[in-house]
Parts: sequence; structure tokens; C-alpha cells
Amino acid sequence: MKARPPQSAGTGQAALPGPVVFQSDALDQLLDAIRRRGFRLVGPVIRDGAICYDDLGSATDLPEGWTDEQDAATYRLKQRDDDALFGYNVGPHSWKKYLFPPYARLSPQEPPPDQPFAFIGVRSCELTAIAIQDRVFLGGQRKDPHYEARRADAFIVAVNCGEAGGTCFCVSMDAGPRATQGFDIALTELLGDDDHRFLAEAGTVRGAEILTEVQTRPAGPADTGAASAATAHAVASMGRVMPELDLRALLEDNFDHPRWDDVAARCLTCGNCTMVCPTCFCFSVEDVSGLASSQAGGAPERHRSWDSCFTMDHSYVHGGPVRVSDRSRYRQWMTHKLATWIDQFGTSGCVGCGRCITWCPAGIDITEEVAAIAADS
Amino acid sequence: MRAVTDTQPREPRPVAPWIEPQSWQVTAVRLEAPGVVTLDLTPPGPFEFLPGQFNMLYQPGVGEVPISISSSPADSSHVLHTIRDVGPVTKALCALQPGDRVGVRGPYGTSWPVAAAEGGDLVVVAGGIGLPPLRPALYQVLSSRGRFGRVTVLYGARTPDDLLFADELSAWRGRFDMDVTVTVDAADSGWHGNVGVVPDLIKRAAFDPDATTALVVGPEIMIRFTVRALGAAGVTDDRVYVSMERNMQCAVAMCGHCQLGPFLVCRDGPVFSYRKLARWLGIREV
Amino acid sequence: MPQTLEPLLRGHRFFAGLEPAHLSLLAGCAANEVFPADSFLFREGEPAQTFYLIREGKVALEIAAPGRGALVVQTLGEGEVAGFSWLIEPHRWEFDGRAVDRVRAVRMDGSCLRGKCEDDPRLGYELMRRFAGLTTERLQATRLQLLDVYGHARGH
Repeated sequence: MKARPPQSAGTGQAALPGPVVFQSDALDQLLDAIRRRGFRLVGPVIRDGAICYDDLGSATDLPEGWTDEQDAATYRLKQRDDDALFGYNVGPHSWKKYLFPPYARLSPQEPPPDQPFAFIGVRSCELTAIAIQDRVFLGGQRKDPHYEARRADAFIVAVNCGEAGGTCFCVSMDAGPRATQGFDIALTELLGDDDHRFLAEAGTVRGAEILTEVQTRPAGPADTGAASAATAHAVASMGRVMPELDLRALLEDNFDHPRWDDVAARCLTCGNCTMVCPTCFCFSVEDVSGLASSQAGGAPERHRSWDSCFTMDHSYVHGGPVRVSDRSRYRQWMTHKLATWIDQFGTSGCVGCGRCITWCPAGIDITEEVAAIAADS
Repeated sequence: MRAVTDTQPREPRPVAPWIEPQSWQVTAVRLEAPGVVTLDLTPPGPFEFLPGQFNMLYQPGVGEVPISISSSPADSSHVLHTIRDVGPVTKALCALQPGDRVGVRGPYGTSWPVAAAEGGDLVVVAGGIGLPPLRPALYQVLSSRGRFGRVTVLYGARTPDDLLFADELSAWRGRFDMDVTVTVDAADSGWHGNVGVVPDLIKRAAFDPDATTALVVGPEIMIRFTVRALGAAGVTDDRVYVSMERNMQCAVAMCGHCQLGPFLVCRDGPVFSYRKLARWLGIREV
Repeated sequence: MPQTLEPLLRGHRFFAGLEPAHLSLLAGCAANEVFPADSFLFREGEPAQTFYLIREGKVALEIAAPGRGALVVQTLGEGEVAGFSWLIEPHRWEFDGRAVDRVRAVRMDGSCLRGKCEDDPRLGYELMRRFAGLTTERLQATRLQLLDVYGHARGH
């Protein structure tokens, strides 16, 4: 089952102008144009030895000339031999930290953020992940107003990867590497000899408008050719592959497979995967009063915070949790992500970003686990 | 899915119901059995629900829990909720007095297939705290009794003191158009009723297995034994419906806690056709 | 000539499916009994050489303990059978059997039956098969009772 939710209709793409090109030193013109419209810019910056998402002042805040080396349980920053501004893949953060913050006060209701967000540097896998979370928080019988408030006006500048990471497998999940929907502007960074430039495509009317405030020229065949080559290079350099199978049928038929015992012996149930995964959405609601409340007189408050299916409390019914063993909790996470998510929401929950592989301290690789089950089922 | 009357327009749903529960009044409180209380709540406005659905009951500063509605759908001013004291929120709810207020949001979830069961026999099997979620279905059946064949109620509890709605069950047993049998796991000789397990009552009950719908609520072990006994009596599992319990917190298919394999119990349940569930109930720790 | 009890045996669920020849053999070991409410069909510890096919009414299997009074472990009704102890040594009743209301039952004489089974192993097989089914059913029910499924969970 393909990961990508169906494209939203009616963006009037037929009416949008064709791609343009601007020089890398004009990137600030783009960022300023966005900022002038009242957006809060957030994007990749180096912090704590990783490329994280944080407030962005200008293009100089971007990790120029840096890349990330990723593998199972491995993440290192390394200097590049060029000055690419987006020459890396994805780090431990995902955009859910802004759309679905780790902590929110439900009651008394928090005011919406002062400024809408502009996400700078969103990868195709991340666009797919946002669309997946849109289905959870906005696509059911009820909508989450917190998510809706942050999502509705968010401005998205996507970046097409020119190179895949060591744990990437977006191609297998049909979630990239090229952004095809859900963005206002999509950039492809082109590093020709002495011609560091960006190919920019408008995905919405407001994206096209903003591009008119940047010094651009129309894109020519050399530019679009270089962009295609960059995408092709990303496709060819994927670090991982998810087996091309009906994952839903495979996993739902193998809940008693011995491989679950094997992975359980390695899994620490630390929940890192659920925190870094851009689609994980479980949350818990807590009621507090008295000293734990920040309301006057200790009046009651309700909070929402990220939860993880790896906790013992997650499946609690009176008497105890349903999923006690490590085995059952790992199985829950993986089968939900790849299989039962499809039953529940109509798409896969996985976009092939590889974060769960990189940030697992035990180096558990979801693609390897699937292959092992498939080999012997 | 809420039932809508012809004369009243639908109320717009609040966008974020779990943030703003409505304040309902506690009209009456009844102690049913040790640790089990029925709250009679009055909504501030019109309220409709289908048998099998549940409300989220909220005590500020303590928390929120899902409780099945246990009254007749025809009575919207006295909405009953039968609660067992098993934790801090239910304890707080069980301690409420008439005049107190409760935060309520709902109704949520799927409902018993009462209309689909018309024209055939109905077997209702309840264990312990499983009787309250079935009462609304029984009331609905009794309000159009002529549309159903034999109606059988089989109810089991741990001991005679744990039987809920005992007076009502006696009254139902007195009717000529209902077979009501009650059993307990253990009793002293002051009890003149049955001692034994609920599934064993099925083979003694009279119903046409080819035209019977069975509604079952109780602990999961009891459900599995009951479904087996129904199967042995000829009722196939596509005619058996159960109400499942999982950790429902948001009740709006967003928080992820109530997952049961491919199902979200708050949205795809709590009432399920057993056939849909069967393979998942056979896997441990799902 | 008194009527035999064959029709009563034939009508009881426990003997369903038995050949007429076997039924008449069994009728020779049968006697009709009526127990008023609260009387005992059998008492714990007494020699057990009989079993009962219940035709009407309810029998409570009880055991009494000091300080706890009489505890009912199971009630048996129409179509059911009370008594396995005639089958196995030391042939003593393990529970009291009290008639909850008026009970009509067919009393089967165990030693008479055992004799007929020795003579006709086929009859013996048919009876053992039925008793095996009964004890299995009783075991499953007992296990379910032991699980105390309605009980409050530990720790609450």
C-alpha cells in the first residue's frame, strides 16, 4: 500500500507560473519575503551535534557545508567539501514538534500561536508525514483545534533531496524523494561549478507571489535537467529498501512469528522511535489541580502530551495493561506503523525517513525486520 | 451515528468536545452492589444516543473515563451510567451526590444491531458489569416487542450480592414474553437460584439458532466461553455481537490508546460483530 | 404389571441415542423418586452407589464448613445428572445434594449398572462415553468459576 495520501484538489496548479531559478545568495530575499508577511520562520540549524529544527533568522543560520552520516544507531555531522545549504537529510526533529507540540494545555484553552509558521526545508518524506497526520487530526469525524490552528496557515518551503541518507527508504514507501504536493514553494539546490543556485517551483498562488519578490530568472533546460539528475541521484543512493510486498497482509498474518521474540531481545522499549517518527501521534491527557496546576488557587487544568505505545500504561485496562511483554509492544508499534494504520486511516503510517533506524540505540532496522519475517513466513 | 428525530434540527457538534465537556447535573445516585453505583444524570439540553454507546464522564482535576449509557434511549432526561469503582476517577464518580455536577461529552461509539435483529430471536448474555450496556438494547426491544421472536436474557455474576438491577430482572422474569435466567459463580444456601457459569445456561435456553442474534458483554474470558457455547448451540459468530473494552481516552479516534489490532475501539466499537474480531481475540497481548 | 421406567430414561437427555435394548437393560436398574424441597438426595461422606437423572426441579451441590455455613458449588436442573462417585473408589459422596425445590428424579443403582456393563462391554462403553463428556463439561465450568472472571483485579 502506498504511503502517499491522495493529493488535495483545487490548488489551481494549472494557473501557476513555471519554475524559476535564483542564486544561492538570494535565498535571504525569499526568507525575508516570507517573514514580511508575518510568518515565524523555522528550519534546520545545528544544535547539540545534530541538525534540528529551530527558529531561523536568515540563511546564515542554515547548516552550510554540513552533511549527516546516518546508519542504524548512528548519527554524525560531517563537513562537506562544498557549501550546500541543504546538503543533509533529516535529523531527530520533525515538523510535528510545531504542528502537534509535545505539550499543550487543553483547558483552560491556550490561545493559538501569535504567528503562523513557515517551515523552511521540508523534505518530501516530511510532506507525506504531514499529510498522514492531517488525516489523523483533521480527517475523522472530529478535528483537533490545536493542530488545525497551527496547520491551516502554515507556509511550506520544501526542499528536494539531491542525495539520500544512510537510513532513507522513501522510494520504497512512495514518499519521495521529489516533493509533488503539499508545498507552497519547492526548492532544488543545484551546485554546479561556481553556480550555486536554486530551482524553485511554486505549488500555490501565495508561493508564486512570494517568488515575485525574489530576484529570479526563468528556469532553462540545463536547470531542470540538473534538478532531475539530483533527484535521480537521490533515488539511486537510498540507504535502505523496504521489501516490495503487501506489508499489511504480511504483518497481519504473522502476529505469532518467532522474529518478534528476536527483536524483543534487542528492543529496550525506550520509545525513541516514537519520538522521532514524524507520524507517531499518540498522546495522553492529564488532569491536574492544586500545586501541580499553574492556575490561580490551584484550579484544575488539562494537559496533553506525547505518549508512546512502548509505555506500560498505554494499553492499560482495569486490572493491568493488555501489552505487557516487550515483544507485544514492539510488535504493536511496527504492525501499527506498517499495517494496521492502513485499516485505521487508509494509508501507511511510514514514509521511509529512516529516523527510527538512526535513533534506535539498539540499531533495530524496521526494513530488516520486515525482510526477516517475509523470508520465513 | 446519532439517531435524529424528524422534528428537531441536529445540534452542531462542538469542534473540540474533549476540551469542553458539558456540565450535567446528578439527579439521583443508587448503590447497585458493593463498589457499583448508578448515576442518574440530567443533560442541560436535548440528548440522543443509541443502545451500546458510551459517554465520557469528567471530574475536573481528577480525569475522565468512558462509561456505557445504561438507560432507555427513549428517556433523554434521565441518562443512567453504571460505574464500578476501580480507580481515582471512578472512585470520585461513585462518591457523587444528587445536586453535584459532572462533565459529560458524547455519545460515542457503535451501537447494538437492534433493528437488524428484528424478525428473529434475541439472546442477551451478560456477565458482571456487562449488564448495564445491554439494558438500553433490551428497553428498545421491549418497546417494539412484537417485532422480535423469543427474547432470552442470561446473566451471571460472582455472587448474589453482585447481581445488578435485581428488581428489574425479577420484573422481566415475570413477563411471559421474556426468558430471564440468572446464575452466580458461588453462593451460600440462602440463594435459591442457579449456581454455575453463564455459558452453561446457553444449552438450556430455547431459541432458534438459525434466526438468532446474540449480544454478549462481560469479561473477555467469559465472552470466549460464551461464544463457544453459542457456536455449539448452532449460532454462528456473524450473528454474535460483543462490546469490547480498551483504554479509551479521547473517544474521538485521535489519541491512539484504544487500538485493538486494526480497530480503534472508540470509533469501530465498542460494539463489534464477533466474526470481525475473532482472529484478533485469539492472539495474546494485541 | 408395573410400567417400566424405559420411557422416562428414553426422555432424559443423558441417555439420548442409546439403543432400545440397552435402555431396557438400564431400566432394570432404575427407580423413580420424588424429593420434597430442602430434603437431601445424598450426603457428603455416605457410600455412593447411585446417581440421579433429574427430571424436574433443582438440586444444589453443597458443602458446609464451620463459620461459612453451606456453600453451593453448582446447581443442577432438568436434564442433568448428579453423581459420579459411584464410578470410582472409594465410592463416597463428596458433596451434599439438596433439593432446592421439589425434585423428581430417576435413581440409578450403581452396582446393578456396573454388573450389566461387565456383561455387555458395549453398554459399558456407551455409559463411559457419556460420563466422560459430562465430567469434561463440569471441569470446564469449574475452571471458569475458579478464574473468578468477575472479581475485582488484584491491586484494586
